[in-house]
Amino acid sequence: MTEIDVLIIGGGPAGLAAAIAAHEAGCRKVLLLEREPALGGILRQCIHAGFGMHVFKEDLTGPEYAHRFVQRFHALGLSAQCNTMVLSVTPDREVTTVSPTFGLQRFRAKAVVLAMGCRERTRGALRVPGWRPAGIYPAGLAQRFMNLDGWMPGRRVVILGSGDIGLIMARRMTLEGAQVLACVELMPFSSGLTRNVVQCLDDYDIPLLLSHTVIDIHGRERLEAVTIAQVDDQRRPLPGTERRLACDTLLLSVGLIPENELSRAAGVGISAITCGPLVDESLQTSVPGIFACGNVLHVHDLVDHVTVESEEAGRQAARYAQEGQQARGSDIRVRDGAGVRGLVPQTVCAARVTDGVPLMFRPSAVFKDAAAVVRIDGEEVLRKRSRIMTPGEMVRLVVPKDTLERYVGAAELTVEVES
Amino acid sequence: MTQDYSDVLVVGAGVVGCAIAREVSRYALRVCVLDQAGDVAEGTTKANSAIIHAGYDAAPGSAKARFNVLGNALFEDWCRELDVPFIRNTSLVAAFDDSDLATLHALKTRGEGNGVPGLQVLTQDEVRALEPNISRAVIGALFAPSGGICCPYGLTFRLAEHAAANGVVFHFERRVVDVTRARDGLWQVTTADGGVFRTRAVVNAAGVYADELNNRVSTQKFSITARRGEYLMIDKQYAGTFRATIFQVPTPLGKGVLVAPTVDDTLIVGPTAEDIGDKSDTRTTADGLRKVVESATRVWEQLPMSGVIATFSGLRAHGDRDDFVVGEAPDAPLFFNAAAMESPGLTAAPAVAVWLAERIGEKLGAQRSSSMTPCPAFPKPFREMTDAERVAAITADPSYGRIVCRCENVTEAEIRAAVRSRIGARTLDGVKRRTRAGMGRCQGGFCTPRIITILCEELGLTPEQVTKFGGDSRILVTCGTRHAETDSDAACQMSSVERQEVSHD
Repeated sequence: MTEIDVLIIGGGPAGLAAAIAAHEAGCRKVLLLEREPALGGILRQCIHAGFGMHVFKEDLTGPEYAHRFVQRFHALGLSAQCNTMVLSVTPDREVTTVSPTFGLQRFRAKAVVLAMGCRERTRGALRVPGWRPAGIYPAGLAQRFMNLDGWMPGRRVVILGSGDIGLIMARRMTLEGAQVLACVELMPFSSGLTRNVVQCLDDYDIPLLLSHTVIDIHGRERLEAVTIAQVDDQRRPLPGTERRLACDTLLLSVGLIPENELSRAAGVGISAITCGPLVDESLQTSVPGIFACGNVLHVHDLVDHVTVESEEAGRQAARYAQEGQQARGSDIRVRDGAGVRGLVPQTVCAARVTDGVPLMFRPSAVFKDAAAVVRIDGEEVLRKRSRIMTPGEMVRLVVPKDTLERYVGAAELTVEVES
Repeated sequence: MTQDYSDVLVVGAGVVGCAIAREVSRYALRVCVLDQAGDVAEGTTKANSAIIHAGYDAAPGSAKARFNVLGNALFEDWCRELDVPFIRNTSLVAAFDDSDLATLHALKTRGEGNGVPGLQVLTQDEVRALEPNISRAVIGALFAPSGGICCPYGLTFRLAEHAAANGVVFHFERRVVDVTRARDGLWQVTTADGGVFRTRAVVNAAGVYADELNNRVSTQKFSITARRGEYLMIDKQYAGTFRATIFQVPTPLGKGVLVAPTVDDTLIVGPTAEDIGDKSDTRTTADGLRKVVESATRVWEQLPMSGVIATFSGLRAHGDRDDFVVGEAPDAPLFFNAAAMESPGLTAAPAVAVWLAERIGEKLGAQRSSSMTPCPAFPKPFREMTDAERVAAITADPSYGRIVCRCENVTEAEIRAAVRSRIGARTLDGVKRRTRAGMGRCQGGFCTPRIITILCEELGLTPEQVTKFGGDSRILVTCGTRHAETDSDAACQMSSVERQEVSHD
């Protein structure tokens, strides 16, 4: 059994930022575990630009963004163990791992940071009917084939779902000589960032078919075609709108699911909305000493926000490792109001905050000329106006420390979209 | 083209064909197995409910009734010998109204006539005590303690391995197109690729196609309809929701939609029952999947749609005689049928195999071999090991410490072993069904590239040659990036900028 101060599970952007922050907060026994052979997480395969605009005020590719953290990580003398899979985490923070080099290992950590990221929703989860040929891939898998393995998944492509990875892959496959016929989105709006719709679809004349879906899959061995159809406002296919598109590849970009199997087994409470752990303002889960950040907590749009969030998780984990559990005052419950989904954190202890508390959520629909309004026990404390809010772009509001300090003992904080 | 001689030729490498081949391999006979697919278990065997039925459904006196009860009793020993999972998880037939309750009593009486042990009709309270998550709409149930679950393709892989270890030769991608009696009295079996196989005895275990084979050699014709069943697979996050297999009171089309745990801790929900003209049509349909959900929610009200990890369909071989066709064709000596093996065909397979092997051995005047090579030991799945076993396994082979499939914790060592075995995996689906890599909640989203690489290393393939299940089911297209550079594939039109981007990683 190896004793660790802060043990971080996952070496992507979240884990790297948390590890660096924990070290900078004074923890010297910080260990990061990564199941892949190299650090960087999903950024390794995100070779497009658009990363780092907030954190570095620069336009970086994914590998470049990751590299800055990997460099810093090594410069600080931090240690990571790659090729290492965590098999279990117990509520008292005993962590069992396996790797080809070190075999079975056990660690006991004063604090654990969960930074395992997310996985892609599959065809099975959508229950798209039809044949089950080769040629149907989650967009991120196709991205990995192309960018890490140097393999080409297909030549005539339809993309189901307008998540950011699907949009990025529409452009990527076009650049590699594939023909991308359409991006088909069930909802009446894109679930990806507007800039990706513009730069990855519009710039390449790839149609975005809103309120459409794939209703049948053809081809016994390799995909031969899909049937798409328009849907009504109940998302039911409209008879007579069916169209058959001949293609050899269907990419799915239909949502990401935080990977919380380890968290659940450790007894961590999971939100039914975010599918990530329920956390307080320090990003601590329902299990004392276990923290969560990045896409395992809730799926982000921007890695920059992951970095900021994870630095906080790393600092808080370090503090827990150094000082143990803090005495808590009463918690303010955070509740999704009208037009708001998946607020994180789910509780805030006003008496304990050391800084402003970021609240993050997704609008439940597209709102124009709207305002996000924060109320504590019914009193408005913050209002942020936006020309447009969409489910594809996460909203982040910071409630200042001095505001929260005025509400020690309050019961409920709500955020609502008013339009 | 090919000339090949055997004593016994089995057509069909599903669970029935492989079980028969394994049993016949106990005799001093030359045995071969032909299948149109590239692997064993590619037909009905890979897509069914995986239930070992107790035996109360079949009509008394039928072959189904007899082989079901006998087969059920053999399952424990067979699975122990082959080292595959089998769980006697019991089964319940749920009743929703008084008419259903009456049916339960009729089923109980029928089952007792068939020799099914321990049947009881339970009250609602008794049912709820056994299955706390069952719907309150269930007012009673028939309890069958001998009901069980297994892994049909896992069982088939091991039967094939055991048969191969005892000299049985498997020929894949050999679709049988004709069977005739040669002048010297031998059977002559012709395959679509022009192969000719000469044999003393033929075993027809050709699944939904068995009627076509039988009707070529016998005037005692029968016909088989492919009856399609659609299923949903539910993530193991919901393991433990139900312990027993829960049927609903049967309808004329079959046993209806069931909810059952699997030996892999997922839950299976289905099937529908729809007669299909095309015997290869394994599509799922929006209607079918909706019917499965509607019917299953009668038993499992909270059926978690977010927990669905896969949907699929399978075809059962429904015979027009409404019973198995097992035994020598009366007017075609040494042509043995194991046909129309719809439910409870999986349960009956061991009993049918033992019975047929004895008939075949007797007819061919063959002696049982004095010694049978035991089924080759297979590496134990990492996920089932104790810590001590894991330490020992990794010490002996460090690739046991490299998890390839994170959802099911499948290691590189297991995947390589699955490719290297006698009847080894050649495709992604072959690896998936042998090891569970790619069968979990992410459905291969993370492990697919790694498995492609392992298949390439083990089989000497290029990535573009790797398929999902053989034929043209290629994962990648040949317009590669890195590989195109060495292959100088003219079809590849990648810009130099893009090349830099790729090598940048």
